[in-house]
Amino acid sequence: MSANKSTGFFRGWFASGEPWIWMNAAAVGVSVSAVVGIVLLIAVKGLAHFWPADVAKISFEDKNGQQQLVFGELIELDDLPVKQFLESGGNPNWVTEGDPRMQRWLVKTGNRKTNPPDFRWIYVNQINNTETPGGVIVLERVEWGNAYGVPKTLTVGRENPQTITGEALMPTLLERLARGDTIREEIHSLEGGAMNAINVGLERLRLQMRQINRTLPVDEAALAEALTERSQLNAQYNDLEKQLREFYRQLDQDQLIILDAQGSEISLRLADVLRIWQPNNMNALEKIAEYVGNLWLFLSEDPREANTEGGVFPAIFGTVLMVLLMSVMVTPFGVIAAVYLREYAKQGPLVRSIRIAVNNLAGVPSIVYGVFGLGFFVYFLGGNIDQLFFTDALPSPTFGTPGLIWASLTLALLTVPVVIVSTEEGLTRIPRNLREGSMALGATQAETLFKVILPMASPAILTGVILAVARAAGEVAPLMLVGVVKLAPTLPVDGTFPYLHLDRKFMHLGFHIYDVGFQSPNVEAARPLVYATSLLLVILIVGLNLTAIRLRGRLERLYRGVES
Amino acid sequence: MSETVAVATPETNQSQDSVESCLNVNDLSLYYGDSQALADINLGIATKKVTAFIGPSGCGKSTLLRCFNRMNDLIDDVRITGSIEFEGSDIYESRVDVAELRRSIGMVFQRPNPFPKSIYENVAYGLRIQGERSTAVIDERVEWALKSAALWEEVKDRLKDSALGLSGGQQQRLVIARAIAIKPSVLLLDEPASALDPISTLKIEELIHQLKDDYTIAIVTHNMQQAARVSDYTAFLYLGEMVEYGQTDDIFRNPREKRTEDYITGRYG
Repeated sequence: MSANKSTGFFRGWFASGEPWIWMNAAAVGVSVSAVVGIVLLIAVKGLAHFWPADVAKISFEDKNGQQQLVFGELIELDDLPVKQFLESGGNPNWVTEGDPRMQRWLVKTGNRKTNPPDFRWIYVNQINNTETPGGVIVLERVEWGNAYGVPKTLTVGRENPQTITGEALMPTLLERLARGDTIREEIHSLEGGAMNAINVGLERLRLQMRQINRTLPVDEAALAEALTERSQLNAQYNDLEKQLREFYRQLDQDQLIILDAQGSEISLRLADVLRIWQPNNMNALEKIAEYVGNLWLFLSEDPREANTEGGVFPAIFGTVLMVLLMSVMVTPFGVIAAVYLREYAKQGPLVRSIRIAVNNLAGVPSIVYGVFGLGFFVYFLGGNIDQLFFTDALPSPTFGTPGLIWASLTLALLTVPVVIVSTEEGLTRIPRNLREGSMALGATQAETLFKVILPMASPAILTGVILAVARAAGEVAPLMLVGVVKLAPTLPVDGTFPYLHLDRKFMHLGFHIYDVGFQSPNVEAARPLVYATSLLLVILIVGLNLTAIRLRGRLERLYRGVES
Repeated sequence: MSETVAVATPETNQSQDSVESCLNVNDLSLYYGDSQALADINLGIATKKVTAFIGPSGCGKSTLLRCFNRMNDLIDDVRITGSIEFEGSDIYESRVDVAELRRSIGMVFQRPNPFPKSIYENVAYGLRIQGERSTAVIDERVEWALKSAALWEEVKDRLKDSALGLSGGQQQRLVIARAIAIKPSVLLLDEPASALDPISTLKIEELIHQLKDDYTIAIVTHNMQQAARVSDYTAFLYLGEMVEYGQTDDIFRNPREKRTEDYITGRYG
């Protein structure tokens, strides 16, 4: 009886549709928590990297039973099973009785040059003592990663060296570092400005002279003129080079000696030091300021040390520029194709099959587009452009090599189905009576299209562009074939004519993640950067999308209520 | 067949000559694919009068109206035989500029269809299409058209607002203003009041009364009272044929055809 009652209840419950609602809600819940979880994970892991953590002085017993002293940042606490620890030859003395797991710290000890490795695992049971002594400085260097130590002496000047110790040391150190920054900026502007301009001029002259030599009879006057110009440029270049050498000499004046945890001296050229900070002497506010500064440097600096140090600015720039170029190419192309399919072509089996083909193009794996882009755009189109317009530069290719333009075109091709499909949907939704209204006033089909239909379809077109941007910004595989590189020496935009260099190779956040994460020589140093760069890529895509969504919202408000 | 020919021009109490025809339909047939929607229509539409087309749903009255400005061209699979003469030549000749024709024969549809632009831009649309650039000319014409459509007083302070914010009746008058702004000689009204409330309907009917001094008007309606109120001539269509055509008073008071009488007295439709 009671069993009957309960079946009746369940049947009734099923019939009420309630289980469906629960199931749908659960599906939404799982999706939302997955997304939030991923973003939180990469945010936490990525953002923690920039915190100026305290430097601990750790004394521990090493494998051979020797006492060791190191400075280092405690990065993360981890554990592993005792069994695994013992199997890998761990010291059984470190095992706590009855505890099945071994706790260990990942410690960033820096000083890679003098006391490698710069990251090490130290078991909690190995450690005798940790303290955070004041006065320890962290030095961010051009090469070899961070150095940790207590400053001992600073020798200023080469000709008549002046050794500074004690109270005056830190202020002088900071002052000399600021001076170094100024000189570095001068070097940068000299190399990027005047010297670059001369190089461009020399390259132009080289091509010009090849041209003159090839057209027979050789125009001796022009050749002589070019030669004089070249020698002038060379002379100018030598002058600048002298200036540059002087700058470098100025930069390399000071020698800093720090003491590591063991008390042994490490001698550093101050020219190699970019920044210093003293985390153990900072209060919370100062640390936050330092943290924000670190974030900013990550966003604004060029990468160093095989991308494991420095910032990602060129990758951000390359990604945004590539996506913008892609949008500029894909939008008109997709819209025109959709307009033809929907407005002009006679609907029939042919148009239907074209539509199916276009929809299926969206499903082609992106690497296939990459191969196509390399074969068609780079080698065929680019090669022919070189043959026609850049003959003088051959055999070194100008456009016949992977570059920004080809990457943008390949991605435009990849995303054009998305734009076509959503534009077509937008066009279909526009009521017939608006078209008729316009035609009845004596407008031609084209006038109707441009003045009524396309403005009204613009939200749908933007939806397509949003989807295209989201897809393109995250795409890596095809880009590896058609223009993205690990490290681009120059940005695709600079001050020399024609300012936007479509033929240059560029960096991309997605590829940067792959490169830092999987091609890097220094896994531990790279790991937080992988998270940070991933977070940045997500934020960038969300940002690009939000901009487009905002624009679409505005257009939709403009045309609200028409589609009823 | 002979019947329809006999009513080719509206029979009036006056002599035939005094009724000048603006549009002359000769043996017009229209097919959607294989099905015939209009069969051998013959009639003339009197200049500066209101001619109403009545008939049950699907009788072809809207289709006929859309023949006058070649709106049916926009529909695939439409085939037309016969001719429609306008200003002395057949509008279905191949050399006719359809856009030009539609400027002379304006049309207002069943549902108000203002563009999602401002009130001003809606009325100015036809002028801009014609290439008019002078703001002064457009301003003047917009005001004139809105006044002619009895809408000026209601919208003069918000010309830059979206036309979509107007009520249904206002939108329909806006659409009429938009149609007359390019000064056509004929206005085709396809059930202009069927989507409107009674007050708006009344306003539209008053407007039609005013407009017929300047325009030849052809109106399709399924509301017989409306046809009786606004029109000078009435044509009754049934299943694609024109059953009867004459002065509105005659059609409603003493229809010659039984089918007309049945329809008017409400036996079908």
